[in-house]
Amino acid sequence: MDVILNLNELQLDALREVGNIGAGHAATVLSQMLNQRVEMEVPRISIVPLGEICETIGGAELPMVGVYMRVFGDVTCRMLYLYPRNSALSIADFMIGRPKRESVVIGEIEGSALKELANILTGAYVYAFSAFTKLNMLSSVPGLAFDMAGAILNSVLADIGEQTDYALVIETKLSVADINATGHFFLVPDPDSLTLILDALGVKGGCQQSSGSECQN
Amino acid sequence: MSTVFRVGMSELKTATPKDVLMALGLGSCVGVCMYDPLIKLGGMAHIMLPDSSQARELSNPGKFADTAIPALLELMEKNGALRRRLIVKIVGGAQMFSISGNDPRLNIGSRNVTAVEEALAKYGLKIAARSVGGNLGKTITLDTETGIVNVKTFNCPVFQL
Repeated sequence: MDVILNLNELQLDALREVGNIGAGHAATVLSQMLNQRVEMEVPRISIVPLGEICETIGGAELPMVGVYMRVFGDVTCRMLYLYPRNSALSIADFMIGRPKRESVVIGEIEGSALKELANILTGAYVYAFSAFTKLNMLSSVPGLAFDMAGAILNSVLADIGEQTDYALVIETKLSVADINATGHFFLVPDPDSLTLILDALGVKGGCQQSSGSECQN
Repeated sequence: MSTVFRVGMSELKTATPKDVLMALGLGSCVGVCMYDPLIKLGGMAHIMLPDSSQARELSNPGKFADTAIPALLELMEKNGALRRRLIVKIVGGAQMFSISGNDPRLNIGSRNVTAVEEALAKYGLKIAARSVGGNLGKTITLDTETGIVNVKTFNCPVFQL
C-alpha cells in the first residue's frame, strides 16, 4: 500500500504544521542574517506524481539554481532550495557584502555563499523539526547545480521511484523584498520515513477512511 | 505540421513521420531513442532508475532500464519496426549534485547508463551515438523524419546526434 496516497486530512495538517514550524525558524534565521524583512508563505503540501513534478514549479526547462541536501538520522528526507538565477545572484551579492547586482555568474564564491545559506536554513529547519518530533536528524553537506529545473528535480527525486510513483512535497516560498529575491524550498520525506514521522507527530491512524480521503491535491 | 509529443519521466512512446518526440530536462535520467529509418518510426523512453529487482512498485515498465528497453523494443516491433534496422541513441545519466562523493554505487546517473547499455546489448542492439555522463541537464528531441536527435544543454548551443 502506498502510504502517501492514503494520508488523511489530519495527517496532512500535521505535516503542514511541521513544515510551518521548520520554515518559520528558517525564515527567522534568514531575516536575522541578512538583516532584512523576510516574507514566508504558508507551506503548501502536495502529493505529486513523480513524472509531473516539474509542472509544479513552472516548467522543466526553466533555469534554476538548486542547492540539495540530504537529511539523515532516525528519518531520511531530501531538502532542495530552488532560486531563479537573478534571485540567487542577489542573495549571493548580499551575503558576500557586494553592491547590488554586482555578481553576474554563479561562480565558486557565489555558489559557496548559496551553499552556506542552505546549510544555515536547513540547520534551523531540521532543528525545529527534530525538536518537535523528538526524532534525530542530521544534514549532509550541500551540493549545488545551476541547470534546468527538470534535470535538478528528477536527479533529486529519482531514487524515490523505487518505492512509489508519488512524492510528498512540503514547499515553502520565502521572499526578501528589499533585494527582490525569492526562493522555494522543498522538504521531501523518503517514503519509508513518512510512517515514522507520522507516528512521532501522534497522527498514526493508518489509513482510516475519514473525511480526508479526497486529499490528493 | 508536426506534433511534439512529450515523453515524461518513466514514460515510453513511439511516433510516426513528421512528429517529434521530446524529453525535457534529463538529469540522472537516461533518454533512449530508437529509430527505424525505413518506415520512419521513432521511439523514446525516459528511464529513471537502473534496476527493477529492488522495486516495490512494478506497474510501470518505463521506469527501469531493465524493463523499459524490452518494452520499447516490443512497442517498436508492434508498429512495424525491424530490430536489425534500429538506430539507437542514448542521452543523459548526468550527476547533477556531487554530495554523495565519488562512490559509483550512489551515482544514479552512471548506474542508469550502465544498465541501459547492458539491456541494449542483451537484445542485440548497438548504440549508434551517445551523450552521457557529465553534470549537465539535457533536453532531447527525436525528429522522426530524419532520425536526428537534437541535444540542448542549458546555456550551450544545440548539437546533433
